[in-house]
Amino acid sequence: MTQETKKTATQRGWILIFLCWLIAMAALFGSLFMSEVMGLKPCLLCWYQRIFIYPLAILFLVAMFSLDRSVIRYTLPLAIIGWGFAVYHHLLYVGFIPESLQPCGEDLSCAEINLELMGFITIPMLSIFSYSVIIILLLVFRRGFIHEEK
Amino acid sequence: MKKNKKNTIVVFTGVMFVILFAIAATVYNDKKNSDINNSFLEKSEHLQRDYSPRKGPRHAKVTIVEFFDPACGTCSAFHPFVKQLMKDNRGKVNLVMRYLPLHSGSDVVVSILEAARLQNRFWQTLERAYKRRDAWIVNHTAKPEMFWRQLGGLGLDLERLKIDMQSPDIAKRIQQDLADAKELQVRKTPGFFVNGKPLINFGDKQLKKLVESEVKENYP
Repeated sequence: MTQETKKTATQRGWILIFLCWLIAMAALFGSLFMSEVMGLKPCLLCWYQRIFIYPLAILFLVAMFSLDRSVIRYTLPLAIIGWGFAVYHHLLYVGFIPESLQPCGEDLSCAEINLELMGFITIPMLSIFSYSVIIILLLVFRRGFIHEEK
Repeated sequence: MKKNKKNTIVVFTGVMFVILFAIAATVYNDKKNSDINNSFLEKSEHLQRDYSPRKGPRHAKVTIVEFFDPACGTCSAFHPFVKQLMKDNRGKVNLVMRYLPLHSGSDVVVSILEAARLQNRFWQTLERAYKRRDAWIVNHTAKPEMFWRQLGGLGLDLERLKIDMQSPDIAKRIQQDLADAKELQVRKTPGFFVNGKPLINFGDKQLKKLVESEVKENYP
């Protein structure tokens, strides 16, 4: 491989991680906006999804300087677990999982829908979207970047 | 891409996130404030009920309405502050207490307070409840039977209290307060209103500011 293509590959990889970071940051600030400004109290499942997205905002930032090729090793597990919680939460919203099975105690119901953007976009959907895009970008990063290394 | 350029992009993006957040928060709060102020004019009857406990001169032109929960730590911490505010503006401010028992078991403690009120011991009992929080609140759950043991020395007739606290009137008042809180969108305690204006950004300084601006307006 020539020096020039290697450089482009690194650049492409950097942009992918930068995009991942953008999404994680949007999720971080977006969720803080909803809880701290709009006053929507996060339920238990929301907290689990937060737990897995917040560190990503920092990990991606660190991995960008200078580009860490093994970033996928420690960010993909977080993204996949977070994605799992998001999907579970969505299934709870649509009623696929009965409310009695949900893990939330107290008075704060995870099944209660308290925000719908444009009439149908719920918070778990935003969460699934963010996690999915991060996972896809990381997979693209692995295919396009790490394989070219060989 | 040069390293410098990347630095610039990342720092710029990070700063943009913070700025956007701040702008969105300001815009959102402004909109909420104006929405709330408009809607509250129509909801004034939910703010005060004749039966509510009250402190301070009736003719005072500034009224603080506080939605509180005896088991709420912040309410307890705010109580001395509210008393100080009334002292600092003596004769100009009165206080109306509304019940919003959000903790489990807390509604029973409220009925103890109401029954104590029949014996003119409401404030003393409330102070006692706040002072001995640790003795009757376990894991954010109010234990009325444990609170009962803290009632000594207040001059209460406990036998009568036991009968009075079962009164359906008291239950009705609690229900009415809860319904009013819902109507006024008070979801946390303490929830303050000063002359009908809600304390939107919670904090002691903010409350002080709101009270002082109302005092200034009504006692020029």
